[in-house]
Order: sequence, then structure tokens, then C-alpha cells
Amino acid sequence: MSKTLFDKIWDAHVVKDLGGGEVLLYIDRHLVHEVTSPQAFEGLRLTNRKVRCPERTFATMDHNVPTDENRMNITDPIAKAQVDALTDNAAETGVTLFPLGDDRQGVIHIIGPEQGIVLPGMTVVCGDSHTATHGAFGSIAFGIGTSEVEHVLATQTLRQKKPKNYKVEFTGKLQKGVTAKDMVLKLIGMIGTAGGTGCAFEFCGEAIRNLSMEGRLTICNMAIEGGARAGLVAPDQVTFDYIASGNRHYAPKGEALTKAISEWKKFYTDAGAKFDHVLTIDVSDLAPQVTWGTSPGMVTDVTGKVPALDAVPEYSPADVRAALDYMGLESGMKMTDIKIDTVFIGSCTNGRIEDLREAAAVIKGKKVAKGVRVLVVPGSEAVRYAAEKERLDRIFVEAGAEWRYAGCSMCLAMNPDKLKDKERCASTSNRNFEGRQGKGGRTHLVSPAMAAAAAVAGHFVDIRKI
Amino acid sequence: MEKFKTFTGVVAGVDRANIDTDAIIPKEYLKSIKRTGFGAALFSDWRYNNDGSDNPSFVLNQPATKGAQVLVARNNFGCGSSREHAVWAVQQYGFNVVIAPSEGDTPAFADIFRGNCGKNGLLTIEMTAAQVDAIFQTLEKEPGVKATVDLEAQTVSVHAAGGDKVYSFSADPVLRNKLLNGLDDIAQTLQYEADIAAYESRHCA
Repeated sequence: MSKTLFDKIWDAHVVKDLGGGEVLLYIDRHLVHEVTSPQAFEGLRLTNRKVRCPERTFATMDHNVPTDENRMNITDPIAKAQVDALTDNAAETGVTLFPLGDDRQGVIHIIGPEQGIVLPGMTVVCGDSHTATHGAFGSIAFGIGTSEVEHVLATQTLRQKKPKNYKVEFTGKLQKGVTAKDMVLKLIGMIGTAGGTGCAFEFCGEAIRNLSMEGRLTICNMAIEGGARAGLVAPDQVTFDYIASGNRHYAPKGEALTKAISEWKKFYTDAGAKFDHVLTIDVSDLAPQVTWGTSPGMVTDVTGKVPALDAVPEYSPADVRAALDYMGLESGMKMTDIKIDTVFIGSCTNGRIEDLREAAAVIKGKKVAKGVRVLVVPGSEAVRYAAEKERLDRIFVEAGAEWRYAGCSMCLAMNPDKLKDKERCASTSNRNFEGRQGKGGRTHLVSPAMAAAAAVAGHFVDIRKI
Repeated sequence: MEKFKTFTGVVAGVDRANIDTDAIIPKEYLKSIKRTGFGAALFSDWRYNNDGSDNPSFVLNQPATKGAQVLVARNNFGCGSSREHAVWAVQQYGFNVVIAPSEGDTPAFADIFRGNCGKNGLLTIEMTAAQVDAIFQTLEKEPGVKATVDLEAQTVSVHAAGGDKVYSFSADPVLRNKLLNGLDDIAQTLQYEADIAAYESRHCA
């Protein structure tokens, strides 16, 4: 029988059918960070249970760590307690830890691919909703809560019901300056933040094939913003070349890699496989996207205007009104007239080397607009080293931006990097929820190139016209 | 996990769709390494003024609905992050149940949030949009109205002034059994140790 890519991987990981639609699913890789794991390790201790497979479990600190020069001295005592708890838990259980100060530390979803921890055909979980990122390798990757983190630590399995299959085909070729971020924002604008609930997206089509691994990671990263716990892309030569390149410590090498690639080539959707939902998006005319509201689905073209209250199909007029009040915007304003105070370039969505290159190319030789604060936060220490080797850090600093160490930083503002009340930010992150980047802060989601262009102009501009 | 028992409590409504986990519990409250103490942080950006005082217009600060045990909201409740702290905050405030509507393709709850609720014994009830509209109408007329939630019978009886209004719902059978019996997932799964070991020897040699 014809099967989807998702179903092939899922079926290969079923340990046991538990009845009622629930199966026991084997988990190949468990990624762990400091915020959602302490209660899970504590649960194990209280019940005298052990970590079943420490060799399949990898941890780092990313959410709450400072990203400035003094990052090794965490002054927030509660944040420090979380970091210390992870250090102790990893040491006690034998889980591999990339601690603060290690050259492999970084945002967990950046370092998983970077270190070769995540490979095609795997099941991958983490106590973080952006785990969907890793689906870019053709793996089933999804976020879980702390109770499930404890369940995986204890059993290396999860009790799960199989989601539905949702095919999203991107056809056509992107215009210059339009990126993976714009593709996924467009998708979320079309289906809303609940459009993919209960589903796993498979992203396919010419425009996906033409993306680098970095671009595919960006798209899968935001699957959850469209309501889907997982999003995946069938592996191809781009995937295999990525795994074979760089210093991916945990990836197979030499003959083992050749053998693995021949296995990975089996991970594709069979002709005639049935999807529960299908959506096709032609990207030929896609404009750079900018969010205007407090949900990633509240998004429009940079050439567009802040919409009328009743002109947003996925949201009620009351929701749109509440969003515009929070954002301090009025219907009918041109998106390019929106002035910004802050720019954040980084996160698991857009903190990879390619993202920094795109932003640097726009900002090179220019100055940040007067009064605008720009934070560039590499997604990992490896990304930071690579960027510094290419002297991207110099480009940012000479333009007037701050160059930081790796961490989640202002994506969720759990560390000292946050927006003030009513401060407006062009951000390459993934969520524009109320208060996400700091209480009262106003977030507009954009691509790295668009963020860099806004930094220079002081307001949004159409990157295609630069 | 404790068994879910039939109870009667005050109903509070937050009339918004897409209430995300950052709104349920902002990140500054996520730094605890404990599982308790999150109730005071529930909806904190809406519940408290900038100076930390109570925002009197927020439903949980109104005398009639303070200490409510049944929460009613609109669709796609709990979207966003996987933080289980959101569930702990709702539960530790004192809520035993969250009710939200699903309509067509629009789900009542976000996937991860709903799953996290099940692991903690917080009941998520999916109703039709018409049922939830009716509850909100009652809440508007009678703030502080109580309801009885019976998972065995799968009913919510709102004790309105004019007489009880009974709303039926259908819970997932696996989840219902788990909540009614207070079953612990990990203990149950560990019974399949032999199956897990066999899987590992087949696939991970």
C-alpha cells in the first residue's frame, strides 16, 4: 500500500498498539533544555526511576542564559538554579550536556542538526514546541510537555495517537530577497494558527527542493505556528550533503554514511499515498511578509496595509481590534510606514549561519537608523565562530548592531534581553504573541533580510527594492 | 494522579479565541525548578496592573468569579509553546476543567496543551460553538453561576437561576478512563518493558 513519508517513519517506530488509536512510539533522540526538564528529572528521582537511554539524550542551556559578555555569571538566581539543576541532572544520569561556555552550546534546535544528532527517518522529541524544526531532515520531530519528557526519560517511548497527513506543496520560484520565512508566514496567514491542529505537515514541491537545509529548517520550525505539532521534508541530496559537510560529530561518516544514505533514500511519500488535507501555494509572486498583529497568522505583504477589522478571514473583528490596540496600529496604515525601535536577529527560526549572511549582506557598509537598537544573536556558538571567521560580526558591529553569544535571547525574553512596554521590534523569531518579547512589547515577525533592511531604514521596507 | 471526581464549582469565562501559552503564563514565571506555585501567575499580564496590583476588570479579580473552578474560553485555547507550566498554572489556580468550542476545522484546544492537560488530570471539554455561546450568555447575566461537571455521565450542568442547563460532551475514551481511574502513564508503560527491549534489539542493534 502507498504510504506517506510520515506514515513510513511512524510505522517503523511503533513498539506496541495500545488500543483506542493509541500506540507506544519509540523515540530515537531526546533533546533537553533547562526550562522544561527539571521537574521531569525530579519526578524520576521521586519514583526511583532511571534514564533508560542516556546515549539517546542530549542537553543544553539556551532559554534563560544571558548572551552578553558576562553570560557565565548568571545574576538571576532562579535562572541560575535552572542551569545548575540541568548540570547536576546530566552528570547524575549520564546524559550528554553541552554546557554554557562549551563551543557546541546553543539553541537546542540549532545544535541538533549542527552536531549531526538528528538524522533522516528518526523520531525526535524535546520539551519545546519548536522541535518541529528537525523535521527538515525527513524525521518525525515534535514538542512535548514536561510529563512527557519524564515519560521519555523513563521509557524511551511515548503514548501517541497518529496525527493526520497534511500536504503543503510550494510551487514556482521565489523572487530574489524572498525567503523560507516568507513562505511559512504566508502559509500561516492562509490557514491560521489552528489550521494544522491534529496534523503533521509534509512540505514539498519545487520551492522546497530549491531551499537549502537552513531554509527547510526555518519552515519546519514554524509548523507549530500553523497548529501542527510536526512538519517534515523528504530527504534528498541537499540533506545528504548537509550531513556529510562540516564537523557533525554524531553523524555517520565514510562507509557508514554511504550505507546510511542508501537507507535514507527510502524516506519519501509513495506515489498515490493519501493525504487528509492538501494545499498548494504558488510562491512566484510571493512578497516579503510582515506580521501586524499578535498571532503569527496576522500577517500581510510588506507592500500591503494594516487590514480592516472585518478583512481577516481567520480572525474575528474583535480579535483584530484587540490585536491592533495592543500593537498601537490602525487599519489602513501602510506596512512600510510602521517605524521600529528594535531589531532582533536570531532564534531557532533564523539564527543559522545562512540567516546571518543574508542579514549581513543587507546591512554591509550601512548604518543602523538613529535610535534603533539592533541585537544579533547567533543560534549557536558554532554559528558564532563561523560568522566571526567570515567577519560578519564586524559588518554588524560597524553598522551599529550588538553582536552577542548564543541563546534564545529576545525570542522569548526569558533572559535579560527583552522589550520595554510599547517598544516595537522587527524580529526574525517565531511568535508575536502579547508580551512574548517582554511585557507590552510589540513584535513584527520578518525574515533576516527584512529585519536588517528595517534596521537601516528605521521602518519596514520591501527588500526586493533595495 | 488523583482520580477525577464529579464536582460543583463557580464558572469563569475569558471571552477570547487563540489564548496562547504566553498569555496563560508569561515566561518570567517559568524559571522555577518545582512543579508548584504557578497559580498566582495565571493570566498575569491580564490579571495584574503594571504596578502588581489586581486589574479589577479581569474576570478572576471580580468577587463573583474569584476562585472559580470551571474555565470557559473560545477556540484554539493553549496554542503556542509546549510549556506544561501553562497547565500547572490553570490547575493550581483551582480550575479542574477548561471548556472551549470546536467548530468545523477550528479545534477547541491546541494539541500539545490538550495532551499536557491529560497528563495532569486537568479535564479539557470540547463543546459546540452553540453550547459555549449559551454558557457565555448565562455568565453575562449571572456572574458567579455554578456548574456541576460529571465526567462519568459526560455532562456539564450549569445551575442557572431559571433552572439547570445541561450540556453533554464526549470525552476521548482513553483519556476518560485514565482520568476517572487516576492512572499513571509511566507506570503503565513500564509494564511493556519487554516489548520496548524487543523493539530495541530488532531496530537498534
